Amino acid sequence: MVIECLVLGAGQEVGKSCVVVTINGKRIMFDCGMHMGYLDHRRYPDFSLISKSHDFTRSLSCIIITHFHLDHIGALPYFTQVCGYNGPIYMTYPTKALAPLMLEDYRKVMVDRRGEEEQFSSEHIVECMKKVTAVDLKQTIQVDEDLQIRAYYAGHVLGAAMFYAKVGDAAIVYTGDYNMTPDRHLGAAQIDRLQLDLVITESTYATTYRDSKYVREREFLKAVHKCVASGGKVLIPTFALGRAQELCMLLDDYWERMNLKVPIYFSAGLTIQANMYYKVLINWTSQKVKDTYATRNAFDFKNVLSFDRSLINAPGACVLFATPGMISGGFSLEVFKQWAPCEKNLVTLPGYCVAGTVGHKLMSAKIPTQIRLDEDVQINVRCQIHQLSFSPHTDAKGIMDLVKFLSPKHVILVHGEKPKMVTLKEKIQSELGIQCYLPANSESLCIPTTHHIKAGASDAFVRSCLSPNFKFLKTNSAELDDSHKRTMPLLQVYDDRVSEGILTLQKNQSPKVVNQNEFMEALGVEKHEVKLAHCFRVYIPDSESGDASDCLPSTSRKGSLLHLISEKLCRELPDFDVQDCQEHIQIQSVVVSFCSNEKCPHRTGVSLQSVDKKEVHFCCSWSVADDALAWRIVASIKNLELDT
Amino acid sequence: MEFTCLSEGKGYYFPPCHILDICGFRVLFDCPMDLSSLAIFSPVPTSSNSIAYNRKFSCSSEKYAGLELNEDKRLKIDKPLDANSLIGAEPHYRTVKNLLLWNVSFIDVVLISSPMGMLGLPFLTRNKDFSAKVYATEATARIGQLMMEDLVSMHKEYRQFYGAEESDAPQWMKWDELELLPLELRQIVFGADGTEFGGWMPLYSAADVKACMLKVECLKYAEEACYGGTLIIQAFSSGLEIGSCNWGISGPKASISYISSSVFSSAAAMSFNYQALQRSDVILYSDFSSCNGLDKFDNDDNCSGAAGNNYSNLSSDDVNSEGHDTLLNDEEYLEEMEKLNFICSCSVDCIKAGGSVLIPIARIGITLQLLERFAVNLASENMRVPIFLISSVAEELIAFTNIIPEWLCEQWQDRLYSGQPLFSHVEMLKDGRLYLFPAIHSLKLLKTWQEPCIVFCPHWSLRLGPVVHLLLRWSADQNSLLVMEEGLDANLALLPFKPMAMKVLQCSFVSGIQMQKSHHLLKILQPRHVLFPEILRQHIGPLETVFSFNYYSENKMVHIPYMKDSELDITVELACQLQYTTLKQQDMNISRLKGELMIEHGRYRLHLGNDEQVSSHPRPLVHFGRIDLNNLLTALQKLDMNATLEEVTGAAGSHKASRIHVSEPSKAMIEVIEAQTVISAADENIASVISQAISGVLDCI
Ligand SMILES: [Zn+2]
Ligand SMILES: [Zn+2]
Ligand SMILES: [Zn+2]
Repeated sequence: MVIECLVLGAGQEVGKSCVVVTINGKRIMFDCGMHMGYLDHRRYPDFSLISKSHDFTRSLSCIIITHFHLDHIGALPYFTQVCGYNGPIYMTYPTKALAPLMLEDYRKVMVDRRGEEEQFSSEHIVECMKKVTAVDLKQTIQVDEDLQIRAYYAGHVLGAAMFYAKVGDAAIVYTGDYNMTPDRHLGAAQIDRLQLDLVITESTYATTYRDSKYVREREFLKAVHKCVASGGKVLIPTFALGRAQELCMLLDDYWERMNLKVPIYFSAGLTIQANMYYKVLINWTSQKVKDTYATRNAFDFKNVLSFDRSLINAPGACVLFATPGMISGGFSLEVFKQWAPCEKNLVTLPGYCVAGTVGHKLMSAKIPTQIRLDEDVQINVRCQIHQLSFSPHTDAKGIMDLVKFLSPKHVILVHGEKPKMVTLKEKIQSELGIQCYLPANSESLCIPTTHHIKAGASDAFVRSCLSPNFKFLKTNSAELDDSHKRTMPLLQVYDDRVSEGILTLQKNQSPKVVNQNEFMEALGVEKHEVKLAHCFRVYIPDSESGDASDCLPSTSRKGSLLHLISEKLCRELPDFDVQDCQEHIQIQSVVVSFCSNEKCPHRTGVSLQSVDKKEVHFCCSWSVADDALAWRIVASIKNLELDT
Repeated sequence: MEFTCLSEGKGYYFPPCHILDICGFRVLFDCPMDLSSLAIFSPVPTSSNSIAYNRKFSCSSEKYAGLELNEDKRLKIDKPLDANSLIGAEPHYRTVKNLLLWNVSFIDVVLISSPMGMLGLPFLTRNKDFSAKVYATEATARIGQLMMEDLVSMHKEYRQFYGAEESDAPQWMKWDELELLPLELRQIVFGADGTEFGGWMPLYSAADVKACMLKVECLKYAEEACYGGTLIIQAFSSGLEIGSCNWGISGPKASISYISSSVFSSAAAMSFNYQALQRSDVILYSDFSSCNGLDKFDNDDNCSGAAGNNYSNLSSDDVNSEGHDTLLNDEEYLEEMEKLNFICSCSVDCIKAGGSVLIPIARIGITLQLLERFAVNLASENMRVPIFLISSVAEELIAFTNIIPEWLCEQWQDRLYSGQPLFSHVEMLKDGRLYLFPAIHSLKLLKTWQEPCIVFCPHWSLRLGPVVHLLLRWSADQNSLLVMEEGLDANLALLPFKPMAMKVLQCSFVSGIQMQKSHHLLKILQPRHVLFPEILRQHIGPLETVFSFNYYSENKMVHIPYMKDSELDITVELACQLQYTTLKQQDMNISRLKGELMIEHGRYRLHLGNDEQVSSHPRPLVHFGRIDLNNLLTALQKLDMNATLEEVTGAAGSHKASRIHVSEPSKAMIEVIEAQTVISAADENIASVISQAISGVLDCI
């Protein structure tokens, strides 16, 4: 059996994440994103590869959305309302609550600012979201009788989740975007140790290794503080969700500690509404933030006010959060035009800006500079620029840690840049010994899966195996983040010893495992013992003891001889338990004793009838199972004459 | 599997308690206590009302004393019940007595289905032998904790009044004292059958509650918890209250669903997720609400009249396809809303007449719904009447309700998605329509207090907390209104506050599955076996079912057979090594199986052990069947052996053994005696060839 992965987006690139995975006949679409860098058909995943007939509802078991970023959800309303997918859609509660804000904002930008023909309407967004089933972390959802899915905390943004999917014995994890270190408002990704055939992981920062976040946070605060202390204005262009709340918490907290009175403004109603969601969904933030909710909800920002256009040119220092993030237009651009010419002011830039935006131009610019917006408008930029260097994505170490922790049989990298992904792939293969792939868009990949044979086991079999010989292995959930320890230990119990039974296969019946006695009883048969025996002669040379004149060895001499043999066997067969039982020696089923019966039926070999006093016969018998051992013993005893 | 019902409980506030033995583990369902029994105690008089209270108290005791003079103390069995008959001592609390009979250390798992099912837990966890794992949903654990803390804090008032308790057996618990109690109270002390006396305990401490909470493992709905590698435990919403749940337990041998009182379309909590319970082997049906519902129907009043309607017409023409519709029709929900509206309109009427409204209902869902309704109704009437929520945990509770959208019903979740605040109380708190106070004597409360007003406060037993003070204050006011739940003995509960001029509205809320719906439910769930409470036997009637069922009653162990073999996964690596042989007689393939058995996440798995012998050529280990000598001879001859048969007879001429002598290629002898064959040969090779030939005529594994 195989898992088939069809990559429709984010293959060797960042943008329009969309992977269709088929596990044992169940087909799941992970993410349904759009690409911000394109305006033509390339902005959406090529859905036609899923089904030529475009009957998407029938060809997919479900859609899973990992988080509210547009590169993961941007194409969803188009896919459900325009392409007609009507099946189940799963996402976490916060994603379901926040996604409409993102989608609506994007739609407005497209239509209002770019004057584009709209791909989907507000109505579409509303209708699309009605089809969504919200899920909680750890909740195990039975999509149908065979398909089981489960969300795990991913950090990254509020409500971001990694998803586990299992069909039969085959299981995979699709990470979406995640963060392995906690930030101001979110915890680190957290997942159970699972048995997985495949992990599909993002690899945005496939080769980046980051140092402590606190250093970079301090730099940011220092830059802002310095600016407002000298009466400057700080413009923080952000998207409404995620980064805005994180930075705002950072500033709000700093303002408290430093007793600053400079106003912090939020520009749009959108962000205020987003804050409301953050307050209600505080359980999805970090443990530290959660613990304080009863006394004060951390998203009840004390120093934050809403902004009014008239304040743009009001005198005095201030901090302003304004959308959109990359200063690609809208309010952040409007304010930027006013504030950029003054060198007292400060503009922060996000870590990543799409080409063509003002943000992108500023990243490489040397201040002072001039930025041309269009034919007529040119901005003199004299303000300071601070580039934010914290990212909600995991770095390469985090990816390696996660893959190592999950130890899947295969890894697929998506959501990254190809050269960096190649480096990471090699690292995963060489350091972790796990097969790793990086399929491009529209490529399909097959991966073999785990499959167990199912059988019924009788009580007697299970009981015989369940000796108190258990080994307990405690496999704690990844302690990826100390502040977010919520999972319980997964206890695994191993039986230390080998279990034996009989597997029976009968027509029209499922396989069954029973123990031997049950099996015999059920068949109504008796055990038939098959033994082997061999009676052989050994020449015993005179030992130092003087009583060789006896025609047969005396009892005591016999005893000492047996003892001698048993010692020899002990030496030669160190892995076996040699039991010296006076009259005979027993090793497993092999029994060796003196034989005085002249007509012993087991003396089958050529037997000279001459009776040598120094000759003794040994009778040896054993069960078939110990055949090899028995012949070794026979040879060893026969060798006695040579030894002495 | 063994199932024992320890207590059938008594409605919403005292859920049932059972113990189940499954796959070698003992699972306790809920650990409640019976707070309605507090009714036998006299509430603590307050300073502000003490004069009025004392007057009433003394006058009734005079009357009582007068009566007493005429009769011998011992003979007077049925004293009339009045405020003075209540026990004036620091109360003890009635726990599940049968649970105390169990050895605590034998309990492996405790599953808490609702906040009410948790209230007795500290009694259990403070026992030093307690070592079980406790599971509860996050919301149940939090709400349960707040309720317990509140209880401890309210009880403090008694302790302050009576001083520290001197011994384990207080005065009132002495036999001669108990015998003097009126019949009604004695029945509560001893239980209806006179056996419950052992269950009375002094209340746990705040430290006990804290320690108890440390032992609780919190779950999300449908999260899989794995106990001991063997049991997979999952909580599924039951709809009864925020966070309350039913349980799915599955092990390698059986899957079990525990159905507690459940509500299909809940007014506040996430609704009953019954689909998750489909196809389990056994259903433990533990919803006793329909028998409570019946007596409710018998002596009903305005508030719950409609609830009984569905009950009478048990539909015979059930349709499974329509089953879901039947279960999910919103009749029940609309009725519940109507009730809430009725409470609201009664309250508004009261306030118009200058009275205040007192609502000592501990259901959080109902409280939240009523707050919503009051916000709308008062606004539409243009009334500015303050609403007070008085409880030591009011603030925590309200803060908590604001951050748990995942645990709420669809209607409230939809508010979140449409960008509205979850509850109006956030706004009400801001603009001074709603106040939260920790206690009735808090300074801030005295400053803001104004009447008429609406007060939500504990405790529903009317023996503890702010409600006692407010009842004493308002009981004489005919314009004021007390809203209380049915199921509580109103006569006894109101005894200390008589004469009551205050209006009393008793209502019932949906607290479980209607009997008629349960038939549809079970048809959809398709269990193999169902355990019903004996008490429901007559209501269940003749069941035409595909599943088997039986009944349980208190303290009688019921045996439930396992329905199937354990399931075993054999890894492909091991399966590839198997060497099958076909049995001669039966049409059956068999193979010896040798590996390492692991139990992992509720499933047995057989792995290839790291034992080298497994990979080496396995030899046949066991033979069975009978040797056909002619077949054996033929087989030997085919192997180019010169073999002759000799029959050996015993002294009496009886057959003793058969011997086959092999002379070529080398000497060997095969002796067959009944179920044993011995091969004698000097040559290893020939012995091996012969033994293979014998394996060929026998069956072997
Ligand atoms: Zn993202
Ligand atoms: Zn992304
Ligand atoms: Zn012999």
